[in-house]
Amino acid sequence: MSNPLTFDWQDPLLLDRELNEDERMVRDAARSYAQDKLMPRILTANREERFDREILNEMGEMGFLGSTLPEKYGCSETSHVIYGLIAREIERVDSGYRSVMSVQSSLVMYPIYEFGSEALREKWLPGLASGDKVGCFGLTEADGGSDPGAMRTNAKKVDGGYVLNGSKMWISNAPISDVAVVWAKLDGVIRGFVVERGMDGFTTPQDRGQNVPARLHHWRIGTG
Amino acid sequence: MSLRASITGELALDDVFVPEENLFPDVKGLRGPFSCLNKARYGIAWGAMGAAEFCWHAARSYAMDRIVFGKPIAGTQLVQKKLADMQTEITLGLLGALRLGRLIDEGAFIPEAISLMKRNNCGKALDIARASRDIHGGNGISDEYHVIRHMMNLETVNTYEGTHDVHALILGRAQTGLQAFY
Repeated sequence: MSNPLTFDWQDPLLLDRELNEDERMVRDAARSYAQDKLMPRILTANREERFDREILNEMGEMGFLGSTLPEKYGCSETSHVIYGLIAREIERVDSGYRSVMSVQSSLVMYPIYEFGSEALREKWLPGLASGDKVGCFGLTEADGGSDPGAMRTNAKKVDGGYVLNGSKMWISNAPISDVAVVWAKLDGVIRGFVVERGMDGFTTPQDRGQNVPARLHHWRIGTG
Repeated sequence: MSLRASITGELALDDVFVPEENLFPDVKGLRGPFSCLNKARYGIAWGAMGAAEFCWHAARSYAMDRIVFGKPIAGTQLVQKKLADMQTEITLGLLGALRLGRLIDEGAFIPEAISLMKRNNCGKALDIARASRDIHGGNGISDEYHVIRHMMNLETVNTYEGTHDVHALILGRAQTGLQAFY
């Protein structure tokens, strides 16, 4: 570069120069997607408390879901810096859209990849990566919040598996989820389970007072 | 009032049978959920700065157009001070997030460092959104200017996945060796 570096009010310390070509390319693609496809929807979506389900398919097509995971599961195997740059562009439009992406990527796909069996990975990761499937993360309970160790949801060992009882609250994506990563105590120890829609006794009622901040409404009556 | 464009609900489990193969075989205790949350918190550290950038650019642009007492409010000291603060915090927050990402890409996944950036960037983004809403005056109350939506969202983002205060306790413990959670 022969040009002397000058002050850029939008980027005073020239962050852009710290990024490589791939990183800039994905950032620009994410910015275009977010501004062209998400920005026009957000005003009414926010007013009507509406999530357009196809956004997950669009994010999947862009390679944004579980982006740091391996290509063999349908993911784009990016760096964490790229994942961060995508999050920045999505949240420039709305924190809710970024939350949906975070939940799917970090709280559902990541644990299935990191802790699940090969069979679980193959069963769930490709669909979650494409956005055909939606996942959610069940940790927080009515009395939980900053003390998740106090959870009451429990698992009991039975023939061929486990029986789960309990309830989780303020769960992003829950009402539209195909799969849930649920944390429950088995013999007093927290363990993770993949719970699938359609399993007998598993339901995902939508929060009615949804104009209350996600996961924060301590004044609500717990379902115990 | 917050994150209204995403759906939130409950999970009810009433004697749900889950087959053996759906259990994560090896991970036990809070390490499982916390490792997921740390991944998410890293993304939030970047994301919050995106929301803050929108609010900053919107405040600058509004202040340049808004004429009061015969001149744009961008030409007043109070507004310029706010814009300079926004520019500074966003610049530092983004560089911190980038550094954190580079560390994770090198294999250094350091929960306390993630706490530091999640806490700082969410808290600063919320301050920036509030200041931007203030610069927008009465129009800042209207959703058509978007900043109050970001402000309401950031109240949640500052609180979920470890509140601002809880991350302070993680950082306090890490530098004193004394836990102050309870």
